[in-house]
Amino acid sequence: MQSRLPILVFALVMAAIPFVPGMPPFWIVLLDNVGLAALVAMGLVLLTGVGGLTSFGQAAFVGFGAYTTAVLSTAYGLSPWLTLPLSLVVSGSLAVLLGLITVRLSGHYLPLGTLAWGLGLFYLFSKLEFLGRNDGISAIPPLSIGTFKMLSPGSIYYAIWVAVIVSALLTMNLLDSRTGRAIRALRRGHVAAEAFGVHTPRAKLLVFIHAAVLAGLSGWLYAHLQRAVNPTPFGAQAGIEYLFIAVVGGAGYVWGGVLGAAIVVVLKEVLQSYLPLILPGSGQVETIVFGIMLVALLQLAPGGLWPWLMSFLPERTSGRKPDTSLKLEQRTRSAGQSSILLQVDKARKQFGGVVAVNNVSFDVQTREIVALIGPNGAGKSTTFNLITGVLSASSGSVSVLGRKVDKAPPQEIVKLGISRTFQHVKLVPDMTVLENVAIGAHLRGHSGPIASMLRLDRADEAKLLAEAARQIERVGLTEQMHQFAGSLSLGQQRIVEIARALCVDPMLLLLDEPAAGLRHMEKQQLAKLLRDLRDGGMSVLLVEHDMGFVMNLADRIVVLDFGTKIAEGTPATIKTNPEVIKAYLGVAA
Amino acid sequence: MNTTIMLFLVQDGITNGAIYALLGLALVLVFAVTRVILIPQGEFVTYGALTYASLAAGQMPGTAKLALALGIGAFAFDLFVARKALHGRLILRSAITNIALPAIVLALTVYFTAQKPPVVVSIALSLVIVAMIGLYLYRVAFQPLAHTSVLVLLIASVGVHLALQGLGLLFFGAEGQRGPAVLSGAFTAGSLRFTGQSLTVYGITIAFIVGLWLFFGLTLYGKALRATAVNRLGARLVGIRTTLSGQIAFLLASVIGALSGIMIVPITTLYYDSGFLIGLKGFVAAIIGGLVSYPLTAVAALVVGLVEAFSSFYASNYKEVIVFMLLIPVLLLRSLAAPAVEEDKD
Repeated sequence: MQSRLPILVFALVMAAIPFVPGMPPFWIVLLDNVGLAALVAMGLVLLTGVGGLTSFGQAAFVGFGAYTTAVLSTAYGLSPWLTLPLSLVVSGSLAVLLGLITVRLSGHYLPLGTLAWGLGLFYLFSKLEFLGRNDGISAIPPLSIGTFKMLSPGSIYYAIWVAVIVSALLTMNLLDSRTGRAIRALRRGHVAAEAFGVHTPRAKLLVFIHAAVLAGLSGWLYAHLQRAVNPTPFGAQAGIEYLFIAVVGGAGYVWGGVLGAAIVVVLKEVLQSYLPLILPGSGQVETIVFGIMLVALLQLAPGGLWPWLMSFLPERTSGRKPDTSLKLEQRTRSAGQSSILLQVDKARKQFGGVVAVNNVSFDVQTREIVALIGPNGAGKSTTFNLITGVLSASSGSVSVLGRKVDKAPPQEIVKLGISRTFQHVKLVPDMTVLENVAIGAHLRGHSGPIASMLRLDRADEAKLLAEAARQIERVGLTEQMHQFAGSLSLGQQRIVEIARALCVDPMLLLLDEPAAGLRHMEKQQLAKLLRDLRDGGMSVLLVEHDMGFVMNLADRIVVLDFGTKIAEGTPATIKTNPEVIKAYLGVAA
Repeated sequence: MNTTIMLFLVQDGITNGAIYALLGLALVLVFAVTRVILIPQGEFVTYGALTYASLAAGQMPGTAKLALALGIGAFAFDLFVARKALHGRLILRSAITNIALPAIVLALTVYFTAQKPPVVVSIALSLVIVAMIGLYLYRVAFQPLAHTSVLVLLIASVGVHLALQGLGLLFFGAEGQRGPAVLSGAFTAGSLRFTGQSLTVYGITIAFIVGLWLFFGLTLYGKALRATAVNRLGARLVGIRTTLSGQIAFLLASVIGALSGIMIVPITTLYYDSGFLIGLKGFVAAIIGGLVSYPLTAVAALVVGLVEAFSSFYASNYKEVIVFMLLIPVLLLRSLAAPAVEEDKD
C-alpha cells in the first residue's frame, strides 16, 4: 500500500490555503467548486475507470442529494446534519433501483441508458411541484456547528475538503481490498471473476451505489453552499461534464478525479473571465475554446493527465512481501456421497446445429491426473465450460462427489472446490501478480466493502495475501510477485493463473493448456508441481496439446474428436490406439 | 379525444418519428463503423437547417467559413501525419479535397447569398457545406483518436458537440429561424391535411432507409464499411482503408443530419441549440434498435415520435420525461434477454 504521506501533505496544504494572506475570496469559491466536482468525479473513477461502467447520469444523483436536503430543511425544518444521512440514503437507494435496471446492460447500452434516465430525471426535477419546478427551492439553511453558521464560501470550504479527502481515503481503502480486487477485475469481463466466486452483478451494483452516494454527498454540500437549488446543474450537460472531468484527470485514478475537477473548473473559469477580453463579441466563445481544448487534450494524453504526470515521478519500488507465516483456514470440504470426485455423464452441448460436445462421459477419481486430449475443435474447452458452469449442458449431467451440479453457476462450482485456468489467459493486466492471485482466494475471505473502507479488514486481508504469496512461491514466481501481470510473458501468465486457481484450495484443478508457451525446463517444473499436487491429495484434469508432456504426466487419458469420446485409457494404451492415431494423423496406421 | 385529434397526433408523431429514424440510422452507422457515439449529430441538424434558412433569407451563413477553416485544419493534419514521406501528389490531393473544395463552395455561397438563391440551390449548398464539416471533423477530431477506447471517443464527441454548439450561436445568433417549405402545396384526405413538406419527410426517410440498405447490401464500399464495423484489424489486413470507412460514415451522417434539419426547419422554429435534444431522441431510437439494427431503429423511431406526440397532448409537461423513460423498459427487456457473452474491452 502506498504511503499516506503525500495525502497528509495535500491535506495540510489545503487546510493552509485560506490562511494565505491576500488570498482572493474568489479563489476559495473556485476551490469549493473543485471539491464538489471532485467528489462526483471520484465516484466516476471507481465506476467508469476502475469498474468499466460508464455513467452519464451522475448529475441526477447530485440532484437527489441536493433536493432531499432542500426539501427536508426548508419544508420540514430538519437540521442539515440530520438530512445528511437522509440525502445519502436517498441517493443510495435510488442507485439501487436504477442500478438493478442498468448495470446488467453491457457495453454501450449502459452509458446511453444512463444518459436517458439522467435526462428523464432532470425533466422530472423541473416539473415536480414540491421541488419548486424550474425555480427550485431557495432559502436553504446554512450548515452550522453550535451558533457558528457556515455562511461564507470560506467556512464551508473545510466541510467540502474534509469530505473530499475522507472520501478519497475510503475509496482508496476500498480498492485495496478483497472487494476492491473484485471490482478491479470487472472491467476485464466477468467469466474469470465469476470462476472464483465473485458475484459480478452485485459488485457492479456496489460501485454504482458508491458513486451515487458520493454524488449525493456533493449535492448535499452544494445545496448548503448555494443555499438554493434549481434543476439546471443536474441536467445532462452536467452529467457529461462530470464524466469528462474524470476522463481528463485520468479515469483509473482516485486523485485523477480531483486533478480533473481542478483543471476543468479552473479552466472554465479562466476562459469565462479572460476570453471576452481577448475575443470580444457574442457569448459562448469559452464553450468553443473549451470543447476544442478538450479534444486536443485527449489527442495528446488519451489516458488522462494524472498517469501522464505520475510517469515523471521516479518509479517507486512497490510492495512488501506479505508475511507468509499467517495461515488461512482450509476450506471445509463437503463430505460426498460418492468416492468419484467428478462424474461427467452423457454431457451434450449444442450451439444451434453444431454439436460441440456429443454425449461425453468420463470421470475423475481422487488423487488422479486425467488428461483430455484431441485435435483442435474437439470440444475440450467446451467440456471445461460445462463442468465449471460457464455453459449449461443441453442434456446429460455433471456430478461432483455424487451431487448433480448441472445448473449451478460458476460461483457455486468453485465453492465445491473446483478451480480452473483459461485457454486464453484472463488476468487483470494492470494489477500485480500478487493481487491477481489473491482473487483466487476471494471466497476464503469475509470482509465486506464497509469493513474494507474503514480498514477493519486488515487481519483478513493479510491472511489472503499470505495465501496468495505462498501459492506464487509454490509455482516459482516469487520474483515477479509485485510486477504487473500484463508485463509477464504469456507462459508466466499461465503459471500465474495456476497459482490463482490453487488459492481456491481446490480438490480438483482444471487446467486448460497450461504448458502452452512454456520452455522445456518450465514444462518439467510444471509437471513436477502437478505430480506433487496429486501426491498431496489433489486431482487434476488438464487439456493439453503437448503429447510428450501429457504422456509422461497423466494417469489416464480421455480422447475427444469432433465432440465425441473416441478412447480412454492409460497413456500406453492411448499411444497405440488406432482410432486416436487416425484422429491425429488422418489415416489408420 | 376524437378520431380527428388522434389522427392528427398520429400524423405528427410519424413526421417526427421519420426524422428520428433518419438520425437514429446515422448514429447506428457512425457507431458501428467508428465506435464514436456521435453527440454532435444534433449540430449537423441545426447547421443544415439554419444554413438553409439563412441562405433563403439572403444572409451569409458562417458555416461555409467554418468548413474552410476545418478543411485547412484537416490539410495540416494530413501533412503532419505524412511529414516523413511527403510528395507532391499527396500534398496536391489533400489540398484539393481539403482547401480548394471548401474555398470554391465558400465563393459560391457568397455569390448566391447576394441574390437570394432558389430553394434548390440553398438546399444543395447547405448539404455540401455540412457534409464537408462532417468529413473534416472526422479528420481533425476523431481520426487521431481512432485507436482509443469508446469512452475517450465519447468524451471527444462531447467536446466537439460543445465547440459546434458554441459556434452555432456565433453564426446564427440566439434567435430561432424558420425556412421556406421545400415542397409547397397541400391536399386533404378525409379530415387530414397532408402538406407537401410532410410528404417530403416521409419520402426522403423511406428513400434513405432503402438507399442505406442497398448501399450496405450491394456495394463494395458498403461491405467494406460493414467489415470495418465488425473488426478493424481484420478489415485493414484485407486491404480496407479504415480511415476511408470512417470518412464515409461521417460524410453520410452529416448529410443525413443536414437533410433532416432542412426538412424540419419549415415546420418548426429551430434554435442554435435545438439539435441536441432532437439528436438525443434519435439516440433513444438507436438504443432501442440496439445500435446495430437499421429496421428496428426505424420502427423504434416511429414509436418514439408517436409517444412524444401523444404525451404532448395528454401530459405536455412530462413529454420529455416520458420519452426518455421509455428506454427503461426496453433496456430492462434487453438486459433480461442478453446472453452472457464475454466482452473483450480496451
